[in-house]
Order: sequence, then C-alpha cells, then structure tokens
Amino acid sequence: MNPAVLIASFYVFVLAAFLGYQVISRVPPLLHTPLMSATNAISGISLIGSIVIAGAHHTRLSTMLGFIAVTTATVNVVGGFGITDRMLKMFQKRQQEKAVRK
Amino acid sequence: MSTANYFIEATYLLASVFFVLGLKAMSHPETARRGMFLAEAGMLAAIIGTLMHHEIVSYEWIIAGLVIGSIVGALMAIWVPMTAMPQRTALSHAFGALAAALVGIAEYSIHGETMGGFTLGALGLEVMLGSLTTTGSLIAAGKLQGFVRGTPIQFKGQHIFNLVLFSATVASFVYVLLHPAAAVAFYLMVGLATLFGVMLVIPIGSADMPVVMSLLNSYAGLAAAATGFVLSNNVLIIAGTLDGFSGLILSVLMCRAMNRSITNVLFGGFGAVSAAAGDTGGIMREINMEDAAVQLAYANRVIFVPGYGLATAQAQHAVRELGDLLEGRGVTVKYAIHPVAGRMPGHMNVLLAEANIPYSSLYEMEQINPEFPSTDVAVVIGANDVVNPDARDNPKSPIAGMPILEVDRAKSVIVLKRGQGRGFSGLENPLFYKPVTTMLYGDAKSSLMQLTQAVQHA
Repeated sequence: MNPAVLIASFYVFVLAAFLGYQVISRVPPLLHTPLMSATNAISGISLIGSIVIAGAHHTRLSTMLGFIAVTTATVNVVGGFGITDRMLKMFQKRQQEKAVRK
Repeated sequence: MSTANYFIEATYLLASVFFVLGLKAMSHPETARRGMFLAEAGMLAAIIGTLMHHEIVSYEWIIAGLVIGSIVGALMAIWVPMTAMPQRTALSHAFGALAAALVGIAEYSIHGETMGGFTLGALGLEVMLGSLTTTGSLIAAGKLQGFVRGTPIQFKGQHIFNLVLFSATVASFVYVLLHPAAAVAFYLMVGLATLFGVMLVIPIGSADMPVVMSLLNSYAGLAAAATGFVLSNNVLIIAGTLDGFSGLILSVLMCRAMNRSITNVLFGGFGAVSAAAGDTGGIMREINMEDAAVQLAYANRVIFVPGYGLATAQAQHAVRELGDLLEGRGVTVKYAIHPVAGRMPGHMNVLLAEANIPYSSLYEMEQINPEFPSTDVAVVIGANDVVNPDARDNPKSPIAGMPILEVDRAKSVIVLKRGQGRGFSGLENPLFYKPVTTMLYGDAKSSLMQLTQAVQHA
C-alpha cells in the first residue's frame, strides 16, 4: 500500500471513530436494540468488497468465497434494516396512539 | 481515474454521509425511522456503484448471492419474534463477521504473496477478528436459543489453554507477516482464531450476554473496518468504525450497569459461583391472586419491573393489559427498566414497545429509583439480579456495587416468579425474604392474565 493512501485511511478511521463516539453516545437506552441491529446492517457494507471478489473470477476458490460472502452480507443488510424498521415502527406507533388518547 | 470510478466513489461518499445521518437520527424515536431510510438509500447507492467496478467480469454469482441473501434476510426480518431478538442479532453478527473473514481469505488467496506489510497486517486482523467473531457469535446465539448450555462451561486449566491458544494465533499471524507466502501459517491462523472464538464465549453465563453481544458487535464492525484498510476503501472504514465504536460504547455502558470490568465479564466465569452468599434464612411469603389483585386495584402508584423472565414467558402483552386496566382505574403505572435487564441492550424496551406501551411510560434506572419510596406496589416480573438489594447492602456479594432498581424501598413488592429456585446467576436474593415482599408463583404470562381478571372483579 502506498504510504499516502495508508495515512489518509488512518485519518478516515480516527475521524470516523470520533464521529461515531459523538453520534452513538446520544442514542437513548430506549433505542439500544434497534441501534445494534442498525449498525449491524450498516456494517453489512462489507458486501461491496464481497461483490467485487464474487464477480472478478481470479480463481475458483475466490469466486466461491466471494459468493458465500455476498450471500451472508446481503442477509445482514436486508435482514438488519428490515428488522430495525419493524422495531422503530413499534416505537412510533405507540406515540401516535398516545397522541390520539390525549 | 475513469468516469466510472468517479461515479463509484461518489456513491460511496453519499453512503458514508447517509450512514452518519441515519445513526444521528437514532437519538430520538420519532426521527429514527426516517434516518434508517436514509441509511438504506446509502447502502443501495453503494451497491449499485460497486456493480460498475471494472474488475467485475460476470454477474451470475453476484446475483445468486444477492437473491439468496435477500430472501433469507427478508424472511428473518418478517418472521423472527421480538422475544428472539437477541439470538437473531447474535446470528447477524456471525454473518457479518463471516463475510469480512471470507473477503480477507479470498484476497489472500489471490495476491497474498505480493501484499505489502501494512495491507497484510490489516488483512490478518480482519481475518482473525472475523473468524473468532463468527464462531463466538454462533455460540452466543446457541446459548440464547438454548442449543448450548446457558451456564458457564468451564474446565480445569481453561485460562492457560486459552492463553496458549491466543498466543499461538498471534504467533502464526506474525509468521505470516514475516513470510507472506506461508499459506499454511495463514490457514493455521484462521483455524486457531475460529477455535478461540468458541473458547471465548463458552465460559460466559447467559446473564452476561448483553456485554458479550455488544463486544461481538464491536468486533464485527472492526473486522469490516480492517477490510476497508485492505481494499483502501473509505466507506468500509467509516461504516465498520461506526459499528465498532457503537459496540464498544454499548459494552462499556453494560459493564458500568453491572459494576464490572470487561476482563471480569470475559474471564470471570460469573454465574458458576454456586451459593457464594450463604442462606439469608427467613421465609418467603406467598400471596394469592385475589389479595394481589386487591393491592394493585386500590394502589395509587404501581411500577412494573420486567426482567428476562418476561421475555421467556412472552408476557409483554399480558403486562400491557394489566397496566391499561389499572390506568383505567386511575392508578399511575410506570415501567422501570434496568440497562442489563434481558439478554441484550434495550431488550425490555423493544418487548414493551411491541405490546404498544408508550415509550413515555418507560423509565430508566436513574429516573425511577427516587420514585420507589412513594410507590404503593412494585411488581417484579421475572427479574432477579437487577433488583437484588445485596448488590447495594452486602459488600461481600459477588454483585456488590452493581446499581440496582431499588424496589425494596416501595411500600410493597409482589414478585412474579416461576418457582422458588434461584435466578440464573445462582445468587440468593434477600429481596424475596423482606417483610414488604410477597411472592406470586407461576408462569408470568398466566399469572398476569389471572391478575387482570381478578382486578376486574376487585
């Protein structure tokens, strides 16, 4: 890896860590379960690495590994976002009902 | 750089921004859902961008993977019950980590021999973290689902065995760094890390799962971030780091809520200590359904304290019905939620949300503790350690110093419990012997439903 790219990558890593700390510490305990499944879905972004390997045909082994990785990462993305939405919908629904009750 | 490359990078930048905005919207339940739509759009953009990557020569395996993954993912999203959320989350940590590990192994098999030192280092970390998180999460999911014994699994010399295993994993990693072509050492490292993941989780008791889940979440994220270093891909670094730090923050919060260090949770084998605290003596007073109903019906303030027993009994709807009925009679009803109640962070909140309890009725520990002295009845539903007064009063208790919900300060306490046995941790709970406490034995769900009926007649 060329040193300039490496240093830039470290900058991104450190800044993302600070940003993550700031953003995540504001999430109330109420939403900790949806938070975990949301970050999980987001880290399914390793899908984009898997896609390139599954499509590039370097070796038979790498294509197969890529295929499995695409499958599991997609399960994470689709399942993770799907279930997060299902949970968040419940939190919203309650509030609407309460507004009606008032 | 070609036009396609600029386009791809633009989608990645968009995805990064949308991920951050999406997580920022998580700070409030009203904005959270919209935020997730942004994150989903970001993910979609990144995937579409990636499909234009110049290295891709054919799409059949990509499409196959995307289709199978989407079907499985959608089925999981629709069918998994809320009570099984911890298992599902553990499983998806395993899937995410597996994807990261496989990408790393494939990269190594393609051009491991010619990789630079830093890239190979990042790749090694990615594969190690990915492999151990995969098996660790599978064991955690197994424990939560009941396939694997929930109590700590320990044997003589476990610490030494684990230390040797860990050292061997690191040693093979260092060997690969020095000799990039040594494929045997690389695959040995993968194997050892996989085994280490199992060893890491089996000695941990189910009650400590909130910490373990958060840690595994963190590892899965960091594995994805390491993938970003290998591929020099910023969106992977950003998304992986966000996930990694989210998990880390949650682990710290969970440990603080138990007044224990992460090392203590990982290596303490907590819950194996049988009868560390001696018998407190005294007797547990049983209460019958009618008396309990009368207490509730004529109370001014009632606080429900749910624990993991609520989840196992699937009693979230039953408690809501009882709560609604009491509110209808003019009783002030609140729900007190301990940070480590249940098996993952926020577990109880999600269950009560599913039963349509408005989140304004759910209170955190610090908010609700001052209210117990003015509370007429505190109803403990399948919670044990989080209401154990020994944590506060007995410095010798294994859970000494853990912040608790101080239900014993309420005017009376009704404990809904399956039987007379001890809780998951095997600790004696003096709360059950206090003069203010009465016990209502039976399955939480049916007890609550019978209580609801009895209150109607009270």
